[in-house]
Amino acid sequence: MTSAVRFSGVSRHYGAVRAVDAVDIDIAEGEFFAMLGPSGSGKTTCLRLIAGFEQPTAGRIEIFGQPAQGLPPYRRQVNTVFQDYALFPHLNVIDNVAYGLMIAGRGKAERHREAEAALEMVALPGYGGRKPSQLSGGQRQRVALARALVMRPKVLLLDEPLGALDLKLREAMQEELKALQRRLGITFVFVTHDQGEALSMADRVAVFNQGQIVQVGAPQDVYYRPQVPFVADFVGSSNVLPPALTERLTGTRRFASLRPEAVRLAADGLPAVLRSASFHGANTRAVFETEDAQIVALLPKGVEIPPEGSAVHLAWDAADLHLMTGAS
Amino acid sequence: MSWLRPASDALWRHPRLLLALLLVPPVAWLGVVYLGSLFALLAQSFFSIDEFSGLIVHEFTLKTYRELLNPANLDIILRTVTMAAVVTVAAAVIAFPIAYYAARYARGPWKAVFYLGVMLPLWSSYLVKVYSWKLILAKEGILSWLFETLHLTWLLDAYLAIPVLGGNSLSVSWTGTFLVFLYVWLPFMVLPVQASLERVPLSVIEASGDLGAAPGQTFRHVILPLALPGVIAGSIFTFSLTLGDYIIPQIIGTSRLFIGQAVYSHQGTAGNIPLAAAFAVVPIVIMGLYLWAAKRKGAFDAL
Repeated sequence: MTSAVRFSGVSRHYGAVRAVDAVDIDIAEGEFFAMLGPSGSGKTTCLRLIAGFEQPTAGRIEIFGQPAQGLPPYRRQVNTVFQDYALFPHLNVIDNVAYGLMIAGRGKAERHREAEAALEMVALPGYGGRKPSQLSGGQRQRVALARALVMRPKVLLLDEPLGALDLKLREAMQEELKALQRRLGITFVFVTHDQGEALSMADRVAVFNQGQIVQVGAPQDVYYRPQVPFVADFVGSSNVLPPALTERLTGTRRFASLRPEAVRLAADGLPAVLRSASFHGANTRAVFETEDAQIVALLPKGVEIPPEGSAVHLAWDAADLHLMTGAS
Repeated sequence: MSWLRPASDALWRHPRLLLALLLVPPVAWLGVVYLGSLFALLAQSFFSIDEFSGLIVHEFTLKTYRELLNPANLDIILRTVTMAAVVTVAAAVIAFPIAYYAARYARGPWKAVFYLGVMLPLWSSYLVKVYSWKLILAKEGILSWLFETLHLTWLLDAYLAIPVLGGNSLSVSWTGTFLVFLYVWLPFMVLPVQASLERVPLSVIEASGDLGAAPGQTFRHVILPLALPGVIAGSIFTFSLTLGDYIIPQIIGTSRLFIGQAVYSHQGTAGNIPLAAAFAVVPIVIMGLYLWAAKRKGAFDAL
C-alpha cells in the first residue's frame, strides 16, 4: 500500500514554541484519517504543513512519495476545506466551485458543467447563481467541499469543517462525509477536537497533545486501549488509576484505565465513598472517592443509588481494567 | 438634576425620538447648507451674463454652457481631467503596496508607525506643504542640488527638455504639479485601500493558493476584486480633490489654468458667476459618471 502522506520527524517551531515536535505519520492511500486533540495541540499545524501553508523547521514530508519541502500550496495535489469555509465573497457559488478549474485554464462551459456536477454531489444543485452570503452555514460548508472535490485532489484536508454547524446538521454531515469518502476513495485527513466525531468517522485516529502524537490507532483501540493517561481522559473520559492503586489491584505498578460504564456497585471490592450522583437519562453518573483516586461510574437504569456520602464497594470485570504502556 | 432623569427615561422609551434628535441637526446642515448651495450653483449655471453691462440675466438659458464648451475652456477641462486621472492612477499604484503591507504584515508598534507615517503630512498646513515643495522643485532648489551633487544634472536637463512634461524648472512644469498633487492626496488613497484589504480574510487568500493559483493569480482574481471598493473610494478622493483644487496649480506648474482656477477667476475678478457655476458643475458631472461606471463594472459587489 502506498502512503498518501508521510511525516518523518517533522517539527514546526515558532521561536521557543514547539507547535509540532518530531511527529511521524504514515497515512495510507484511501484512508479516512482523523487528527484529534485539544486546541493548541498541533493538529491544525500538521494539516497546514500538508497543505503547504506552513513549512517544517525540521523533518521530511512526502505526499505520494514526492518530497513536499519548498513546494508551494499551488503546486500540491492536495485541497483543503477550511474551518471558516473561506469562500470568495465576490464570486457566486458556481464561480467559487469552478475557481480552481478557471485557474487551471479550463473553458467556461466545461468548468461550469463540472462545478454543477460537484454541486449535485453535495446536494446543492441549482444553487450556482447565489452569493455565499445568501447561504446558510451548512450550505456554505457543502460549497467549500464541492470547491475542493472538483479539483479531484489526491488528498482532501478538512480543518474542523463541522465545527460551526449545529448538532443535528453535524451528525447528518458526518454520515454524508463518510459515505462520500467511501464512494470517491480519496484520502481524507480530518482535524477535529471532538472525539465523538473522530471515533465515528475515521479509519484511524491520531491523538495529539502538546505538539506530539501520543497514540495512533483504530477508533476502538484508542477508545478501549489507551496507552497513556491523556488519551484515556481526552478520548474516552476513562478513569485513570494511578500506579499505586493499580499495583494493589493487579500487582503491576503502572497507570491503568477503566471505562466508567464498566464500574458497578458490589457487596465486595474496592472500598469507596459516593461523593455525588447526577441523573443523565439512560444512566446515572456517580463520582466515588477511593483512597488514592477518584472513580467515575455510569450506573445503568434500575441500580439503586445510595445516598451521597455512603460507603460502598466498587467492582468490575478484570478484562475491563486496561494497563497502559506510557508513563504520562 | 431632577429633570434629567425623566428626560432620559422618556428617550429610552422612545428610541426613535432619540434618533431623530441626533439626526436632525446634521441632516438640516447637509440639506440647507450643502444641498441648498449646490442647487443654487446649478441654477446659477443656467443664467447668463450680459456682455455689455456685466450684469447677470436671471433667465433660463444654455448660453453659458455653450460658452463652457468653447475650445479654450474645453482645453482647461481636458487638462484638469487628465491630471486628475494620472494622479489617481499613480496614487493607487503607490498606495496599494503600502496599504497591503500595513493590512497584512504590520503588527503592534509597526501599525502605529504606519498610521503616523500616513497621517503625519495631514497634520501640517496644506499651504506650508505646497510652498515647501516649491523649494524642493525650484531651479536652485533641493532636487537640482541633489542632481548636481550626484553629477546627474544632464539627466534633469534632458527630462526638462521633454516638451509637455518638462519646462524651465520642475517647479514650473506639469511634472511638478503632478508630484505635489500626488504627495498631498496620497493619504486619502492609502487609508481606504488599507481598510478594504484589512477585511480580506487570510483564509480566502490561502484558499486561492490551495486551488492552484500562483500569487499573481491570487492577486488578480481575489485580492484586487476584494480591495476594489477601497480603491474606488480612494480614487473618489484623489480624483475629485484634484479636479477641484485651485491652489497647487497656481503655485507650482505652468501658467495654464485648471478648472478650480477658472472657477476662482470667473467668480472673482471677471465677475462671471454663471460661467464659474457651469465650470463647477463639470467635476460633479464627471464624478457622477465615474461612480455610475464603477457601479456598472461591479466595483461595489464585494461591499
